[in-house]
Amino acid sequence: MVGTHGRVDAEAIGTPIGRRVVLGMLGLGVAGILGGARVQDALNTVLSPLEAADPTGLSQLIPAAGGFRIYSVTGSLPSSSPADYRLTVGGMVDRPLTLTLADLKSMAPTTLVKDFQCVTGWRVPMVHWTGVKLSTVLDEAGVQPGGAALRFESFDGTYTESLTIDQGRRPDVLVAYEMLGAPVTRQHGGPVRMYVAPMYGYKSCKWLSKISVVSKVEAGYWERFGYDIDGWVGRSNGRSDKATT
Amino acid sequence: MAEATKRPPEPASSPAAERAGVSDGALGPRRASSQATPKAAALQLLRFDVAERVVHWANAILFAILMATAGVLYLPPLSAAVGRRQLVVTIHVYAGLILPVPLVLGIVGRRWGRRLRSDLRRLNRWIPEDRVWVRRRGWRPERVTGLKQGKFNAGQKLNAAFTGGAMLLMLATGSIMHWYKPWPLSWRTGATFVHDWVAIALFFTITGHILFAFSDRESLDSMWSGNISRAWAKKRAPKWLDEELAKSRAAASRDAPST
Repeated sequence: MVGTHGRVDAEAIGTPIGRRVVLGMLGLGVAGILGGARVQDALNTVLSPLEAADPTGLSQLIPAAGGFRIYSVTGSLPSSSPADYRLTVGGMVDRPLTLTLADLKSMAPTTLVKDFQCVTGWRVPMVHWTGVKLSTVLDEAGVQPGGAALRFESFDGTYTESLTIDQGRRPDVLVAYEMLGAPVTRQHGGPVRMYVAPMYGYKSCKWLSKISVVSKVEAGYWERFGYDIDGWVGRSNGRSDKATT
Repeated sequence: MAEATKRPPEPASSPAAERAGVSDGALGPRRASSQATPKAAALQLLRFDVAERVVHWANAILFAILMATAGVLYLPPLSAAVGRRQLVVTIHVYAGLILPVPLVLGIVGRRWGRRLRSDLRRLNRWIPEDRVWVRRRGWRPERVTGLKQGKFNAGQKLNAAFTGGAMLLMLATGSIMHWYKPWPLSWRTGATFVHDWVAIALFFTITGHILFAFSDRESLDSMWSGNISRAWAKKRAPKWLDEELAKSRAAASRDAPST
């Protein structure tokens, strides 16, 4: 049983199953990287309807089975009651505004039914959004000459986002107070959030508290970590998702 | 260090006793009761040396950090409760990059890696008894009573191979996800797909590993102290016990003429 010198024989006998398991896993892994996107699409097709009808939320545990994932960059979810909520509009404007939720609701509402696409890959189809066109709010405040960009701030105290004025004036860019047919929940960025339909989710600032008109675009929170400033769905961040417009 | 305190230096040509790992040094709490004679001390076998134990617990801590941060990134209620996404991502990425380091350091050390390398060879190789273990579904010990198993059973061998393969896959796919710029979108989605499912599998294998450890406290204790009793080895790893005894006899017979 024992070699007189060198390694103990007992270690060297037998079939190297361990190595085969590792090599087999690496082969499956490569196949998964190359072909996983197609499998994932098929899974999403099967699982999305299940997920939509699942009251337990357990299906959220399945990778990318659809549905929203809640991303927050600060400690706990920020909170503001509908009664206390204020949206300020300032910077290079003729009439700085402080709007309550009631003020926003008194402006002409717009409803959109569009997909929500996250830059990390998940997509929620046909989400109902209701709010005020951002262009309506901008017209109310009066953009001064030289005001070329917008800066959005969240009342989480950290998150910021940006758009050019032209992007912000698109008819599918909303200051949203309803989502999924109900007031925007705290998790989803309520009481009021942005919805920038043609762009990835990170462009739609949650817990919106302030819109400033500025002279040039300032990179937002995730953009300082490498995301594209012009976050068009399917035409940025190296992704080719189907457009959400 | 277990081996350093064991016995006076032997001739360089016969490190057999060291390999045999029959511990009669001052190791672990059990030794107190068996201090009387060197023979009684040999009732303890060295199962894992210091390097192996350090690597094991470094892995355990890193896996715990990875699973905790993964949960926060992945499960919506936890994401919402903890937030701080950028910080959590940073911790997860660094813990992932550090994960292979203790294992690699443990393997490459010419002296301190000897036992770890030897155990990895044992984990790699399957003897006929291992197939019997699988057939009898030997994760219930009573089903494999009397089976002449080596130092590791087939379940431990499968777990080690799976965990090793998973570490490589998670490192590769995690890197594609984090440094995503050079890769085509379908590879990024595929890498995320692999990362997600391997993570779920790891959650179950690690949970299983911990449950098995707690179902055999002596085995778990030996991951702290390094030592395990002959009685345990006789029950759970009889072939290994035979090897150890043969080695210590061989070492003793070589030592005898010089004393």
